[in-house]
Amino acid sequence: MTVQLTFWSAIGSFVLGVLLAAMRVSPVPLLRGFAGTWVNVIRNIPLTLIIIVMAQVIANQLGVRLAQREAGVNPQVFLDNQNFRLAVVGFIIYTSTFVCEAVRAGINTVPPGQAEAARAIGLKFTQVLGIVVLPQAVRAVIAPLGSVLIALTKNTTVASAIGVAEVALLMNTLIENEADKLTAVFIVVAAGFIVLTLPTGLFFGWLAKRKAVRR
Amino acid sequence: MTQLAPDAAPKARAAKPAKDRASVLYDIPGPRARRVNLIVSVVFGLLLVLLAWYVLTTLAGKNQLVAEKWTPLVDPQNWTTYLLPGLWATMEAALLSVVIALPIGALLGIARLSDHAWVRWPAAVIVEFFRAIPVIILMLFAFEFWFLSFGTASPFAGVVIGLVLYNGSVLAEVFRAGILAVPKGQTEAAEAIGLRKGQIMTGILLPQAITSMLPAVVSQLVVIVKDTALGGILVGYVELRRAANTSASNYGNLLQTYVLIAVVYIVINLLLTSLAGYLEKRLRTRRGGRTRVAVTPVDGQTDLLGRQDVTVVDVPGVDEFKKK
Repeated sequence: MTVQLTFWSAIGSFVLGVLLAAMRVSPVPLLRGFAGTWVNVIRNIPLTLIIIVMAQVIANQLGVRLAQREAGVNPQVFLDNQNFRLAVVGFIIYTSTFVCEAVRAGINTVPPGQAEAARAIGLKFTQVLGIVVLPQAVRAVIAPLGSVLIALTKNTTVASAIGVAEVALLMNTLIENEADKLTAVFIVVAAGFIVLTLPTGLFFGWLAKRKAVRR
Repeated sequence: MTQLAPDAAPKARAAKPAKDRASVLYDIPGPRARRVNLIVSVVFGLLLVLLAWYVLTTLAGKNQLVAEKWTPLVDPQNWTTYLLPGLWATMEAALLSVVIALPIGALLGIARLSDHAWVRWPAAVIVEFFRAIPVIILMLFAFEFWFLSFGTASPFAGVVIGLVLYNGSVLAEVFRAGILAVPKGQTEAAEAIGLRKGQIMTGILLPQAITSMLPAVVSQLVVIVKDTALGGILVGYVELRRAANTSASNYGNLLQTYVLIAVVYIVINLLLTSLAGYLEKRLRTRRGGRTRVAVTPVDGQTDLLGRQDVTVVDVPGVDEFKKK
């Protein structure tokens, strides 16, 4: 469940994060201002709060449905699906702001001359950004994006707040049932996270070296 | 682009060098670009207004905008019973954690730089281990461990120990980066005049590392403040978020209370961020020459191997500003 949460949230965050970064550097002041405010506001709210608001307020009070309730099927299935999707949306909202900041830092690494050259041959802003700047920016920030992904992997434990059956909730149940094996449970969970994050870190480090734009 | 007034562009650029970064991607807008920008602005503005209108009507439809749901937010009794104790609990845990984590981080950071492998390796393992594990898991373990050891359930201890273990490791990396950032010539000079290793560390490296990492420590506080909210989930620590939840069930205004405490968190963290920025600026202008400052991004994104979460950035010192 931890892996699934991470996977879907990572994809969503990357897309939304790049979009936000593009808005933050766009020539339209309104877009820039909106993206800037959005990022600064979301980043300063605890993830726990975002996830809980997703479930308690957006879903329960405002009645937003992200899953189908089918007649005859155990309502628990609906609840599980709903909470899983709510958690993913919450993670995307939160993590995309960090992706946005990473990509924006990457945009600053692209030499200004390239953007100027791109403009000189008549490319429009969207083309300059999409064809010339962003591809290089993303390659420059592969390693920081890896860090964001690792942070996201660890953050998925917060989904236990709304009852998504990921590792933290599992650990809690295990401890309740077998209190005497506390240390063993902890070591297993810890090892699980190291197994998840260690290859991610190695992979992104390797990828960053491989894809680095030599200047 | 040809319609650009011949001397308007250079002047405008010279007038606002700070904006140069943004304008690297686009020219000073000509009439056509201005028209396009205006259209995009209007369309986006309309979308925002539509969205706001949709949200407001939906909220109104669900009876969320009525006065009695919002008035408890300014009710003194609500604040004294729920919100202020919650806020205090959050700040208490955050401050205590950082106070304990700082010396631990300093020790681990120095240990990682030791000449002796038997000191260096255990420190490295400890730091990397606790950075790799989610804070909530650490809190849960600390809470249960405390319960098994002392026979009393103490959510506060669970939260603080969890935060200390995690942030101690992160701060260790900050310390390490700060010490490494001191120019190597200083150590060599100190060795040349015959100072011992301990003297170099305490007399020369640490004081500089501590000043240069101050901004990073303050930014780390933002992470800690946000992470206290984790204590409300599995461990049952009644911090701001959890206290707000109780208050909201009492008054029946979940949405409104959460909006309020989101604002509280944002204000606290923005204040901390601007304090960090202020410190960084001060440190930058106070020293001559090239100052290197260790900084962390605001989320304490950790990496097991790469150290991207604690990056050392070259900051131009006073001299370089003068040159320009």
